[in-house]
Amino acid sequence: MLREFTCICCPNGCTMEAVVEDGVLTKIAGNLCKRGRTYVEQELIAPTRTISTSVRVDDGELPLVSVRLTAPIPRERIFDAMAEIRKQRLTAPVVTGQVIIKDVLGMQSDVIATKTVRKAEP
Amino acid sequence: MEMIRKRVVIIGGGPGGLAAACELHRKGIRDILVLEREHQLGGILRQCIHDGFGLTRFGQTLSGPEYADRFIDEVKKLGIECITDTTVIDITPDRVITSASASGLLQISADAIVLTMGCRERTRGALSIPGNRPAGVYTAGVAQAYINLKNIMVGRKAVILGSGDIGMIMARRLTLEGVKVVAVFEIMPYPSGLPRNVEQCLNDYGIPLYLSHTVTSINGKSRLESVTVSEVDASLKPIPGTEKEYECDTLILSVGLIPENELSLKAGIELDPRTRGPVVDEDYQTTTPGIFAAGNVLHVHDLVDFVSLEAENLARAVVAYLDGSLPSCGITIETDSSIGYTVPQHISGEKDITLSLRVRRPMKPCTLELWQDSKLLATKTLRKAIPAEMEQITLPVGQLVNTNSVKVVARNA
Ligand SMILES: Cc1cc2nc3c(=O)[nH]c(=O)nc-3n(C[C@H](O)[C@H](O)[C@H](O)COP(=O)(O)OP(=O)(O)OC[C@H]3O[C@@H](n4cnc5c(N)ncnc54)[C@H](O)[C@@H]3O)c2cc1C
Ligand code: SF4
Repeated sequence: MLREFTCICCPNGCTMEAVVEDGVLTKIAGNLCKRGRTYVEQELIAPTRTISTSVRVDDGELPLVSVRLTAPIPRERIFDAMAEIRKQRLTAPVVTGQVIIKDVLGMQSDVIATKTVRKAEP
Repeated sequence: MEMIRKRVVIIGGGPGGLAAACELHRKGIRDILVLEREHQLGGILRQCIHDGFGLTRFGQTLSGPEYADRFIDEVKKLGIECITDTTVIDITPDRVITSASASGLLQISADAIVLTMGCRERTRGALSIPGNRPAGVYTAGVAQAYINLKNIMVGRKAVILGSGDIGMIMARRLTLEGVKVVAVFEIMPYPSGLPRNVEQCLNDYGIPLYLSHTVTSINGKSRLESVTVSEVDASLKPIPGTEKEYECDTLILSVGLIPENELSLKAGIELDPRTRGPVVDEDYQTTTPGIFAAGNVLHVHDLVDFVSLEAENLARAVVAYLDGSLPSCGITIETDSSIGYTVPQHISGEKDITLSLRVRRPMKPCTLELWQDSKLLATKTLRKAIPAEMEQITLPVGQLVNTNSVKVVARNA
């Protein structure tokens, strides 16, 4: 079976034509590098994605700190992870790289802050 | 009014301005001042919390704030003077800057000025969609700032007009926050953003993208209640009888960015109607001597990595300018109808130059060609080219035969 994929691993966004037999990739064309192939193989088993969102911060110069996952998680678990992240509430200061949730829902990915939010000046 | 003197003043503390400041410092210039309108440095990236930045510049994928932090940390480490909460309101052709802040007006006379003011979004006014003016209509960047910086949710059910990258990224962001995104409508027959964003922001979440469709009426009294959408024909005119109404309380516009050049006009700088940014030479110098431009103020970039690289090249040219060693640039770069624009628009013919450009419409396998008179100077083969992606081609100086203009052409292979 011929299937078309768009690689999301870099801004090139290669369009790839993949031949898939019984769920296994047998031939691929259109990818500029080998990450395209790895991506398609993963898509065929179970698509994974990372997400970015925000967490509430009290007493900060901003009401929110941006966060992201350190490793991709199964795509169908994105909304579970969002629900877990939404439960968090922090107090300033928060620093870039600070781990907000370790190993979120046991998916081997941490939620980390991507911004520094200092304490609000009184 | 107080008047101070500076070697180089940089207007705008986004990734372009900060990259230029760091590179100037590394090249030995110490008397630098960065002026920034907002309270914090970092520019638009502070609100771009998704990842995907930095693959070209840093070899790893970062979120917008993390990418900006790399430059903010560097500026601080080098001790470069940055004044925030300060808006530049005037620049004269002889390089006197006037800025305004809570502590009053300040005038600065500069040997060289770097313009890195970024861009702004096209609004509904620029599109002239008929209908009422209810609340609930936002540009994508404003909605992004509300949600990611201020924790204000814009609505519950959204329609997105325009398939620009920021609009698609907002479609995903809204969906993650529990907002129902009904659809994205694009007037052109192809998406205006990157294919990866169609895939990971729309397809992943089952958000439909309707090409050759546009919003023809905005309906509602005080709050938006629905939009009317029509299909368009090949000349982008709505086709009567195709109207369909979509219920929504929010309309997000992602219909393009315009370089921010009110100040450039005051400084007497010539703008290019194609980029809507300054006309520059190979050293990023505008038509007003000593004033340089890079980043989104020069031409709208889809990737911040190229903004940083461009600003670093600019910085090296500013150093040469201060030494009095910039060449004059008498060779004009022209385009035919296949090319949207090129930067720079003028070159000296003394060194190899990489031209940045965009094709006007999507092309399958094609070649970029550089011609002078009847001589083919250089070619580059592309598997595909789309207006959403900036392309580059290098002009080898040894190939030039005279000082006539050079023409850039894209041809289907
Ligand atoms: C809403 C939006 C979302 C984007 N998302 C992405 C993305 O996801 N990925 C990506 O790679 N690129 C994205 N871009 C492109 C992005 O603009 C560039 O990557 C990069 O931020 C441009 O850098 P810059 O320094 O040229 O401009 P900016 O980041 O816009 O910085 C310009 C700075 O100049 C300041 N300024 C303007 N006028 C004045 C004045 N008169 N006086 C003093 N200061 C002034 C502004 O406050 C601002 O801080 C986005 C752009 C926009 C508008
Ligand atoms: S295949 Fe390689 S070059 Fe193409 S989009 Fe994927 S990572 Fe980028």
